[in-house]
Amino acid sequence: MTTQPARTAPSGAFEFLTTKKDEFVGWARKFSLFPYPFVTACCAMEFMSVSSTLYDTDRFGAALPRFTPRQSDLLMVVGTVTHKQAPILRKVYEQMCEPKWVIAFGVCATSGGFYQNYAALPGIDKIIPVDLYIPGCPPRPEMVIDGIMKLQDRIAGDRHPIVNEKF
Amino acid sequence: MIDAAFERVRERLAGVAGGTDVSHGVLVLLIEPAQLLATVRALRDDCGFDLFLDVTAVDWPEREPRFDVVYHFYSTREFVRVRVKTRVPAADPTVDTLVPLYGSARYMERECHDMYGIAFRGNDDLRPILLYEGFEGHPLRKDYPKQKEQPLVPYREPKP
Repeated sequence: MTTQPARTAPSGAFEFLTTKKDEFVGWARKFSLFPYPFVTACCAMEFMSVSSTLYDTDRFGAALPRFTPRQSDLLMVVGTVTHKQAPILRKVYEQMCEPKWVIAFGVCATSGGFYQNYAALPGIDKIIPVDLYIPGCPPRPEMVIDGIMKLQDRIAGDRHPIVNEKF
Repeated sequence: MIDAAFERVRERLAGVAGGTDVSHGVLVLLIEPAQLLATVRALRDDCGFDLFLDVTAVDWPEREPRFDVVYHFYSTREFVRVRVKTRVPAADPTVDTLVPLYGSARYMERECHDMYGIAFRGNDDLRPILLYEGFEGHPLRKDYPKQKEQPLVPYREPKP
């Protein structure tokens, strides 16, 4: 049995890289989105479709739903939110740790849609900040994937302060 | 068979129901609020309407008495439905509760109270069931402003 020589870098091999801290952290964060699905209405069907095999949001690193807001960093609000549910949504948002992003999935979460009445909240941005709106009733899976990629682009291009006043 | 069942109801309630009609295969009885309990008890005990489907109301803002309170019952033996309508004024929109006859009425009457403000005499639990505590008014009344909201969470300031 021959002993292999210690692994040393062959000439010309890729051994180190230089990058900027924000780009590196952004690259890491954009591929590790842990969504919390706040799913309330019929958009859930489209959410299942976009999550599962055929469209497969796993390809974007955004497939592993965490069913506690404390372990997630992407809040996906899927469907109509009523005034009665609004305090719950607000509490879920407040329990998420920084950094966190919010997607309004479908036209009801975006603006209330055709519900302009006593019951429905006219857009979740009335109570929590929203990073990305995906309109449609329901949105096509292609639109959702496009939305996730746009959010990833934003995360990749963002500043990522590691130490700041928030954490 | 449906006609025979309806005929039996008509005979049994001949003195009580003000008018009877058949609409879309449903027997409709129009009664006075004071007759409600007697009518429903006769429907349940003598005519076999053992399932209470729903209670709701209709708001006629121009009419006096203003509200129709509408009940639906179903017979699981004869597969027929009956609708009981009664009219109550806006000043005192009160009818007797059906809880002693059908336990499920407890929840359906709560919803009707939420949406239309109909009071059910004898139902001791008319807390909001679909609405929330602190909601003012009755949203399915015609005079409730269509887009009036009563948010529980204060709205954020829009970005300048």
